[in-house]
Amino acid sequence: MSDTDLKILVVDDEPAIRRFLRASLGAHGYTITEAVCGEDALRTVATSHQDIVILDLGLPDVDGVEVTRRLREWTAIPIIILSVREHENDKIAALDAGADDYLTKPFGIGELMARMRVALRRTAQDTNEPVFESDGLILDFARREVKINDQLVTLTPTEYDLLRTLVKNAGKVITHRQLLRMVWGNAYENEMHILRVNISNLRRKIEPDPSRPHYLLTEPGVGYRIKI
Amino acid sequence: MSPESNRPDPDKLLEQLQAEEKSAKRGRLKIFLGYAAGVGKTYAMLEAARQRKLEGVDVSIGYLETHKRVETERIAQGLETIPRKSIVYHGVTLTEMDADAILVRHPALVLVDELAHTNAPGSRHPKRYLDVEELLEAGIDVYTTLNIQHLESLNDVVAQITGVLVRETIPDRVLDEANELELVDLPPEELIIRLQEGKVYIPDQAARAIQDFFRKGNLTALREMTMRRAAERVDDQMRSYMQTQAIAGPWAAAERLLVCISPNPMGERLIRSARRLADELKAEWTAVYVQTPHDITLPQQKRDMATSSLRLAEELGARTVVLPSNSSAIALANTVINFAHKNNVTKIVAGKPMRPRWMELLRGSFVDELIHKSGDIDIYVVPTLEPARVPPEENPLRPHSPVLSYLASLGVVIAATGVGYLIGNNISPTNLVMVYLLAVVVSAVYLGRGPSILASIASVLSFDFFFIPPRYSFSIRDTEYLLTFTGLLLVGTVISYLTVQVREQAQAAQAREVQSMALYEFGRDLTAIVGLDAIAQTVITHISQTFNRDAVIFLPEEDGSLKAHSSSPNIVIADNELAVADWAFKRGQVAGRGSDTLPDASMYYQPLQTARGIVGVLGIKPAETTHYLTSDQRRTLDAFANQAAIAIERARLVDQARQTEILEITDKLQSALLNSISHDLRTPLVSITGALSSLAEDSISLNDATRRSLIETARGEADRLNRLVGNLLDMTRLEAGAMRVQAEPCDVQDVIGSALEQLEARKEDHPINVNISSELPFVSMDFVLISRVLVNVIDNALKYSPLGSPIDIDAHPANGYVEIEVADRGIGIPKEDLARIFDKFYRVQRPDNITGTGLGLSIGKGIVEAHGGFIAAENRPGGGTIITIALPIK
Repeated sequence: MSDTDLKILVVDDEPAIRRFLRASLGAHGYTITEAVCGEDALRTVATSHQDIVILDLGLPDVDGVEVTRRLREWTAIPIIILSVREHENDKIAALDAGADDYLTKPFGIGELMARMRVALRRTAQDTNEPVFESDGLILDFARREVKINDQLVTLTPTEYDLLRTLVKNAGKVITHRQLLRMVWGNAYENEMHILRVNISNLRRKIEPDPSRPHYLLTEPGVGYRIKI
Repeated sequence: MSPESNRPDPDKLLEQLQAEEKSAKRGRLKIFLGYAAGVGKTYAMLEAARQRKLEGVDVSIGYLETHKRVETERIAQGLETIPRKSIVYHGVTLTEMDADAILVRHPALVLVDELAHTNAPGSRHPKRYLDVEELLEAGIDVYTTLNIQHLESLNDVVAQITGVLVRETIPDRVLDEANELELVDLPPEELIIRLQEGKVYIPDQAARAIQDFFRKGNLTALREMTMRRAAERVDDQMRSYMQTQAIAGPWAAAERLLVCISPNPMGERLIRSARRLADELKAEWTAVYVQTPHDITLPQQKRDMATSSLRLAEELGARTVVLPSNSSAIALANTVINFAHKNNVTKIVAGKPMRPRWMELLRGSFVDELIHKSGDIDIYVVPTLEPARVPPEENPLRPHSPVLSYLASLGVVIAATGVGYLIGNNISPTNLVMVYLLAVVVSAVYLGRGPSILASIASVLSFDFFFIPPRYSFSIRDTEYLLTFTGLLLVGTVISYLTVQVREQAQAAQAREVQSMALYEFGRDLTAIVGLDAIAQTVITHISQTFNRDAVIFLPEEDGSLKAHSSSPNIVIADNELAVADWAFKRGQVAGRGSDTLPDASMYYQPLQTARGIVGVLGIKPAETTHYLTSDQRRTLDAFANQAAIAIERARLVDQARQTEILEITDKLQSALLNSISHDLRTPLVSITGALSSLAEDSISLNDATRRSLIETARGEADRLNRLVGNLLDMTRLEAGAMRVQAEPCDVQDVIGSALEQLEARKEDHPINVNISSELPFVSMDFVLISRVLVNVIDNALKYSPLGSPIDIDAHPANGYVEIEVADRGIGIPKEDLARIFDKFYRVQRPDNITGTGLGLSIGKGIVEAHGGFIAAENRPGGGTIITIALPIK
């Protein structure tokens, strides 16, 4: 992935935010296009090639969740949403509608870049790697083995599935509902309890200090994320 | 009021302004005045109404008496009639004007015939003119008709002229306050012709009397009187106009009239004369009743005469005053003259005395004394039909019948004679007199005036008969004994008179003292009491005791409606009673049993009024339905009511003051808070702006390290500002009740982990130990909110502990709750502040420069309590603080 080729669409009705993003992202050599409202954004994506969309949820005309939904009807373009603290439900709705990740305002540019990278990597390659490794956690998909610091860890099939789903989307946040759907099936999408129990057990098995998660991070109110 | 200057009289101007203001909202009253029945008042009224209707005014007929006259009925056609209401009284159905229906219908103009009519019992007001006043106050214009003989002040004159005493009267002020007066006139000859033609209504029973009435002489006199009265009114209006416009004219000097009232059934005549005189002189007038100790001993009926005279005087427009005095003529005259001088009275009206001369010689004449002492004041002596002062009736001073007292006095004299016999042989007759004197004194003191006079006479006679030589005969040899006899008689009479007077005075003083005492105690008790309920109860108790009646106090609610607040036991308030109380409250007038309004109610209602307005209503219930309050009692009740009103108002004002105080304190707190927040919000911005502006300055050259440092500072401060804003938002949300708890079973470990994650940067220098009990189940909570609470609490611990000191977090179940304890080794919290640290904006005062607004913990408290849990702080043995968050395990 060549950094300088990146075409980023910034959608936000606040001129100051657009200015800041253009300045900081532009400094990396990316091509920045700006849109001020939902319709604008939809039109721009349809009419010009963009690599990634940075989408503010609080748009004046169409709300961000709707924009996400409409984009997802025909494109898999990575979408990162910007939202305000408190509005967990909006974030969840947008993620469930297909957004890749989110950032809470105010945010640092470093965070944004990290999320962007993760989101772009997913499109770039299709996780054909048989082994995932990150900071002591090794997941061997072929052998269905999990190792922490070279120690084998025994997981139940469900726990393994859960971990695998998270790792497949490593670096990206997965909402509760998405996890439940992906691991247990559509019928289970509201069974928070099952999810939490399994996360709790998983943590106890893979985390050196379960009360200070190192690999499996909680996104409060939204979902979980594997740290990379 | 100097007539010389041409400045408009300010008093008159104010009066006019006030009257105009009042009349702006009030309906306008037009009275069609006639001098006899049949002159055509009703017809004229209908004609005028017709005219108004053509002009487009909304006219209705409230009450019309056509007496089946064809012409009247014809002209009434086409005007809407508001149906009368029926009242069944003793099996007879009567129809009366339906005032309520008129108020509901609310026409612009309503016609009401026969203003002086008395309503059937059971109506809201006993008289129709009171109904009309209600209509006027509701803003409805009224046309009405009136005969001259119905006027209070002319009532007796008309009776004199026509020989017929009309009983239905209206107070003169109704006529005076009417906006328009139309004189409906018909020459007497024509009226008589109409009568003969049968065109004049005559109630059958009065046929003969009416025939007498309709004599030409009578009619002419009546007509003249009516015209004069109407002219007087014009005169008045003109004078008023002249005064307000400061037109110089022949002013009457400012006269002031005083009339003296006594317990006399013919006092009414005196009052009316005084009123006419006052009218002629254009003078203000006062009616004074001088109450003597003797009056208090009079029977109730006689005393009521005085008060009804007073009330009549008041209705006719006088100021009324009651003055105490001794019973002697001199004292009476002095009292009156003093009052007259003090009040610049120019003329006094008194009733002609009708007592026989000898009595006047003996007792003195009030009028004579008055005349002698009057000085500059004119005295008008006016005839009344009965003696000016009723001779004092004998009130037995002891429960003996009068006959017994006389017999007893004779007995005393006989006893004295007996004593005289016993000791008489050695004592000269002159000294024997002393025994008889003793007998007379004893009679006077114990038996009363009459018996003691009898004793005097009997003593003289028996003294003469038994002890003066020649004995056993009535002749006297030595003429000096005549002196003795006269002396004995005189002394006897004087002593008896004086004794009786003293006793009467003592009684009167006692009665007054009892009243004053009751009032004093009432007042004293009221001042000592605080609190509206206690005050109301005290009022009830005192009034029950003093008047021997049950009482109830009504107070207005927030919305202005009246509600019974306190009452004697056994009082039940029916809905219609409440309505009467409500009426008294809204109108500020007494109502109920014994009053002019709604006299069928079971209680007497007195509004409690202060200078600021009406604060409530006092209801008094007599033990038996026929026990009305006497006028004395009514006066005392007034005094009580005033005190009560003031006390109640005071209680209310105290409440108000307290509320205001609370508001002020809240205000002050709010400003302090706003200042604090403003400061805390601005401070980070100072650093940010400062850092950024320095970086932007071209003229300063900064090295990389400095640059970095500035940037880091700005960044850190921005974070701090972000947190502060978040806290403020949380606080606002909590306060507004908009903080919704979305509770789900959560892993406590997860929550703690998430909190620590959020504190990433700040916990760098502190080792944090987390210990979670393995038996801990999932706890129902809002993940986001509780993690925020933990962030705040742990942040607090970090802030107040020295670098490097450990933070210990422990979670375990206890008594149905999960307790999460965050313990630090910091500076600790003073014992008295342990509970207060969870207050908004509270910051333990410490010399160090601790930042933060003090909201974190209070937000935490709000969130935890919204979960049904609690949060508490305690000091840690060995130094530091433990904050415990407890959440129910549902």
